Amino acid sequence: MTAARGLEFERIHKRYGELVALDDLSFDIGAGEVFGFVGSNGAGKTTTMRIALGVLSADSGQVRWDGEPITFETRRRIGYMPEERGLYPKMRVGEQLVYLARLHGLSKAAAAERTRAWAERLGVASRLDDDVLKLSLGNQQRVQLASALVHDPQVLVLDEPFSGLDPVAVEVMSSVLREKADTGVPVLFSSHQLDLVQRICDRVGIVQDGRMVACGTVDELRGAGPEQVVVDVPGADPSWAYAVPGVEVVGNDGSAVVLKLEPGLDDQTVLHAALAIGPVREFARRRPPLTELFKDVVSAPADEPREGQEAATAGGVR
Amino acid sequence: MSPDGAPADVRLSPTQAVWLVAERELRTRLRSKAFRITTVALVVLVVAFAVVMSLIGSLGSTSKVGLTEATAGLQQQVVATAKAQGRDVVAVVVSSEAAGRKQVSNGKLDALVVGTSGARLQVVVDKSLDDSLRATLTAVAGRAALNSAISRLGGDPEQVAAQVARADVSVSALQPETTYSPQRLAVGSVAGILIYLALIATGQLVAMGVVEEKSSRVVELLLATIRPWQLMAGKVLGIGLIGLIQVAVVGIAGMLAGQLAGSLSLSVSASVGIVVWLIVWFVLGFTLYSLVFAGLGALVSRQEDVGGVVAPATMLLVVGYVVGISVLPSSPANTAVAVMSLLPAFSPTLMPMRLAMGAVPVWQIAVSLVLALAAIPLLVALAGRTYRNGVVRTGARVSLRDAVRP
Repeated sequence: MTAARGLEFERIHKRYGELVALDDLSFDIGAGEVFGFVGSNGAGKTTTMRIALGVLSADSGQVRWDGEPITFETRRRIGYMPEERGLYPKMRVGEQLVYLARLHGLSKAAAAERTRAWAERLGVASRLDDDVLKLSLGNQQRVQLASALVHDPQVLVLDEPFSGLDPVAVEVMSSVLREKADTGVPVLFSSHQLDLVQRICDRVGIVQDGRMVACGTVDELRGAGPEQVVVDVPGADPSWAYAVPGVEVVGNDGSAVVLKLEPGLDDQTVLHAALAIGPVREFARRRPPLTELFKDVVSAPADEPREGQEAATAGGVR
Repeated sequence: MSPDGAPADVRLSPTQAVWLVAERELRTRLRSKAFRITTVALVVLVVAFAVVMSLIGSLGSTSKVGLTEATAGLQQQVVATAKAQGRDVVAVVVSSEAAGRKQVSNGKLDALVVGTSGARLQVVVDKSLDDSLRATLTAVAGRAALNSAISRLGGDPEQVAAQVARADVSVSALQPETTYSPQRLAVGSVAGILIYLALIATGQLVAMGVVEEKSSRVVELLLATIRPWQLMAGKVLGIGLIGLIQVAVVGIAGMLAGQLAGSLSLSVSASVGIVVWLIVWFVLGFTLYSLVFAGLGALVSRQEDVGGVVAPATMLLVVGYVVGISVLPSSPANTAVAVMSLLPAFSPTLMPMRLAMGAVPVWQIAVSLVLALAAIPLLVALAGRTYRNGVVRTGARVSLRDAVRP
């Protein structure tokens, strides 16, 4: 698949000695798409991003942009935000941004102009003459984002851009990401804030132990897996559901129970069983939130299977 | 105003990249207080040294001898003899012996010649007669004794003296003797201190700069746009220029101060020669050492670890400097030091000292330069590899063996 102006990762392998960091990782981000990269710590997200930026080299596999393998020259078109602060602590914000823009190939005048524009957009224009050291963490993060954007990148790769941001900055950040995507830029970012990922991403990839274990639009992911229903029979003992064959009780919220149905089981069977107990107030298909999916996916290879209470989060039950 | 504009031109040549990095180093460091303070401190130090040397020089060289009425006839002879022996002696006739003794006791006179008895001069001093003055006065006494003996034998002392003056030794040396003036030895020592300080300081700056980028993770951003060697070269170039500015400013200030204060009577061409050699060896030494410092610095991630990891390189600098400063002033032609000064590890500290002291055979200068220049590409390859392998690995210290692997 060749996505025009999109970013593709094809069969990336990377090991650090004995440790397999990335194992045949493949995914792609279309032009204009915001892609959320999700996974536990050490799953391989940062390694993947570093490989895209050429900071690390893959053992095998290819990263392509606009259908072509990324070269040293095209790499300068990527806007990158490393996981940890990547700024000189004792350098003025403005000079720093101009410097980074010029390293990306901008002329002095263009660099100065972009610096001012982005500083204004991100609300740090008044701090341009201060050392980075003197800024609050939140403002440093804004400068960090400005440094990823200052050279008008055609690809954005952001490692944990939302960590440490206040709600206002989160809004600014997400609107900037969306804006950039709307100009046709593929945007890849990693985050542990799954509600945020669910809200702003077009597509999500869940990586686990260096492998892409789930990848698709948020709706696809939430719709995949065994069918779930929420049934509320007020006044009834929630244990009624255990009697229904092919049904697993995932959790409960007051008198409502969350049920996982075996493949092929007709949900109407469940409804009938519920009606037999008492009046049904609510009967709905349930789409688990990303948080829950993530837990399921990530814990899948673990030894003890998870059941019951833990997997159910009240937030998803309506 | 929308921050979005036309797609940027992303071309950046390697030279531009290196220069951008160097320019940043120059700009941020020239503005730093640390740089200004150390430069001013070094200038003050060498100027003070020059002034102190000139004061010591003027205090020590001239002695003052008093003559009483009885010995006033010796005045010319004392001055002439001292001059023949290469000393500066002023001879004055005091109003009375008592007045003269008083001047001796309060230090205005170094010695007072109160009379002669036969071939002996009777000299009054405060505590002791210093050796050079004793030699002068002994010669004067001997001359007086000789003169009276010649007169007694019916000869003419003047004639004998004239004949004696014509007597000479004709020397034909198989090897030209090298002479080291104390001044040049002093200048050489100062040059040694200066280049040692400059190399240590700039080397540390390079290592700390590398670690600063590593610890702040900015290196990751930079390496996404430029190659490791460009970053390393830019950093070394920028800091090198800073060091060069410092060495040139301090070296020239020292030379000017020395000339003006009168403590140096070197010819202008010799002074310029010393400063030029100092700069040449700083450039070579800096290139050699900063590569090593950059490579070593890339192995660690925290500023606290810089000292430890660069210690081997620092040791080499210290050894060169200590050997130079402790051996050369007393024995500038020492063979072991001469051999050491040819090796690239020590030549940056030892050669400029020897060159400032003078009389270095041309072949030795050539060998040391060739070896230093030959070591540079080798170090570029090694340091470049260490840097590339070490610079993105944060956390624990990277072992040197891991880092030099291709």
